[in-house]
Amino acid sequence: MDSVAEVEAAAEKLTQAAGMDEDEGFRVVMAVREAAVNAVLHGNGYDPNKQITVGLENTGKSLVITVADEGEGLDPEKIPDPLAPENLLRGTGRGIFLIRSFLDEVHFRQLHPGTELTLVKHLTPAGSNEASQDLDTK
Amino acid sequence: MALSISTRQLDGVTILDLSGRITLGEGSVQLRDAIRDLISKGEKHILLSLGDVSYIDSSGLGELVSAFTTAKNQNADVKLLNLTKKVKDVLQVTKLYTVFDIYDDEAHAISSFK
Repeated sequence: MDSVAEVEAAAEKLTQAAGMDEDEGFRVVMAVREAAVNAVLHGNGYDPNKQITVGLENTGKSLVITVADEGEGLDPEKIPDPLAPENLLRGTGRGIFLIRSFLDEVHFRQLHPGTELTLVKHLTPAGSNEASQDLDTK
Repeated sequence: MALSISTRQLDGVTILDLSGRITLGEGSVQLRDAIRDLISKGEKHILLSLGDVSYIDSSGLGELVSAFTTAKNQNADVKLLNLTKKVKDVLQVTKLYTVFDIYDDEAHAISSFK
């Protein structure tokens, strides 16, 4: 899991450099870490011959993070809702939900092989409502 | 920082003071082993003090849920004490805040087991 720790540290640097407050930064870093864990564990199945590829970018308007694995693919529609009463006490299945809860946009793209997640967090400049306008139109 | 766990007894309640991160791998396994050990010894009243837990991930949440359900199956109770803002945030988003008995005051938490 060394690669996950590296990804987490890079995400922390990204959020700090973007000037995010502690709570927002925590949510973004947690989501990125969950995506990296999913890629290593569920995507690549802990196979040491498979890699994860991570990109982190501050576009000025948003933080855009991509996490790709080399696994067999993932159908996001088939992930059970962890808030459903029958799933609430399950021991697993909250990673993707947390990612979706903590970020503004989450996109899945099937690679050959693998899955790429693109995570987007809009930056909110002080005194601007640009982020909420973006949210309305997505 | 890895997870550290220290155990103490007070008025028939076993209190686990957790410090560090409850995450996939070491932290989650340590917590699982500690809870299972207590339940196998017949402990019925277990209080997890999380005031020094800086971080919990989805795997750590899963361990808390597993601890809760394992305890219930053995007619024991696992309750939570002193959540940090970050841990509370994650429990609220996942609705697990509604599952656990959660306390801010240790004496109140201990008396709740009686």
